[in-house]
Amino acid sequence: MTMQKVKQMWARYRVFLLIAAAVILIVLPLLGFKNSTIRIFCRILMYTTLAGSLNITNGYSGQMSLGHAGFFCVGAYTMAILATRFGISFWLLMPLAGIAAALIGLVVAVPTLRMKGLYLSIITLGASEVIRIIALNWQSLTGGSFGIKDIPRPAILSFEVDSPSKFYYVFLAVAVLFLFVSRRVLNSRVGRGWISIRENELAAKSLGIQTSSAKLTNFMYGAFWAGICGAVYAPYVQYIDSAVFSLDEGFNILSMVIIGGQGTLVGPVVGAVVVNGLTEVLRPIGEWRFVMYGALIIVMMWLRPQGLMGASDNVLAGGKIKAVKKTRRLSAGVQK
Amino acid sequence: MLKIDNLSVNYGRIEALRGITLEVKEHEIVTLIGSNGAGKTTTLMSISGLTSKMGGSIAFAGTDITRMAPEKIVHLGIAHVPEGRRVFPSLTVYENLMAGTLGNKRLDKAKIAELIEEQFTLFPRLAERKTQAGGSLSGGEQQMLAVARGLMMDPKMIMLDEPSLGLAPIIVEEIFELICRIRDMGKTVLLIEQNASMALSIADRGYVLANGEVLLSGSGQDLAHNEEVKKAYLGA
Repeated sequence: MTMQKVKQMWARYRVFLLIAAAVILIVLPLLGFKNSTIRIFCRILMYTTLAGSLNITNGYSGQMSLGHAGFFCVGAYTMAILATRFGISFWLLMPLAGIAAALIGLVVAVPTLRMKGLYLSIITLGASEVIRIIALNWQSLTGGSFGIKDIPRPAILSFEVDSPSKFYYVFLAVAVLFLFVSRRVLNSRVGRGWISIRENELAAKSLGIQTSSAKLTNFMYGAFWAGICGAVYAPYVQYIDSAVFSLDEGFNILSMVIIGGQGTLVGPVVGAVVVNGLTEVLRPIGEWRFVMYGALIIVMMWLRPQGLMGASDNVLAGGKIKAVKKTRRLSAGVQK
Repeated sequence: MLKIDNLSVNYGRIEALRGITLEVKEHEIVTLIGSNGAGKTTTLMSISGLTSKMGGSIAFAGTDITRMAPEKIVHLGIAHVPEGRRVFPSLTVYENLMAGTLGNKRLDKAKIAELIEEQFTLFPRLAERKTQAGGSLSGGEQQMLAVARGLMMDPKMIMLDEPSLGLAPIIVEEIFELICRIRDMGKTVLLIEQNASMALSIADRGYVLANGEVLLSGSGQDLAHNEEVKKAYLGA
């Protein structure tokens, strides 16, 4: 009921709310927050895109990928290597890093086309580790365990993006672009094809959807945006090494998707805010906060398996659908 | 319209179809009946290109589709409504119908709107439940949705795999009436049924399958009165 009220409010004040949100997002770094606070905003925005792009694969086409950190890694290293060695412009390298990640995504996706569920998850998990280990050991290219330092910062003409509050706008632009493009894609023929694979692959096939190529494009699309995130992340921190892109990072991204709600565009946004917010709130309890995450995910799976923003008629909220059905049957029986 | 000639299909070492030959003419309801494992579903799967074939050929409207990819077969105008309904559970009824148009790139917006209207007149109950999730519909409604979704690609021929499966007798009757109306709209229907008496009562022609072979064929009436069929499938 309350959800319906929220939806009604949203429908009525949509334009107003969107403008208000845009204004807040634009002036946020100008309000005199400390640099450390603005860094948190940057993290949230970056994870909005990262978790969002993983959600395209996991939430929309129903393929459980665990290896998103690998594509993030490919994007970051593409940027770091090409920018430090050849001094190529950030703006040119950003799409290039996305394309590189998408191509690696293709390499991972092709052998997994016939796999489903757990098997696909294991392959993506392995692929993510392989990418990280290559980055750790290919010393001549990636600097091995020393990583790559002094990654040049982007500049627009002579205006250098050199502080967290300036990077904030780059992350914001990427996140907004991602959400806008993804919305269009998901409402197109391509996106509907992905969703129908999630819902029922055989039925999708019988409706004439080329499921294998749809899965490939879906995987590559998700990897592309992870690559873009990596490309912005590298000059933001100016130093990367392979340890950042561990499986922990992959699960961190995944937890945002799950907590926020798979299969909705707004879900990963909420997930990124909640998880990164909690990280800060729980900082006083130190390492214990990871225990809190674990507990939070377990509780979420019990109470709201479809995530905070997931619809209650979502396929993941299986129990609720059955409940609706049962009451209907009962009332139908009474009528007869 | 559809011609199957001497088709055989193997699953590993098991021969699912051993050289079946059958024909479906335009604007006909043709039914395939037979017990479990007779090869009915395999026949449909081979027509829509979802299994590989050992031998024989399938032609649709003069085009050889024996080794064609499934999406191309759909494009030629064959809709396949698979067994067990398989509606998209978390998409709404409307979204389910829209998903039906994905395989046919020729459809424009006006035509899609027209097709949606057509389904809602044919299945008024779906119109009532337009914004409800597919998984929340009753069994009969889900079956109607699966058929309507197949019709959304504007096919020339629609193949229905066991549409009466697991439904109450009164709903089954409703479904069969709808199948007749789909034929009257100018579509060709290939129907698979275990409910042989119902299927034969509406079919123009029928084929009886057993162990991957065509045992008998004839008009629906003839088969319904055939002693062998009566004994084996109609329980008389």
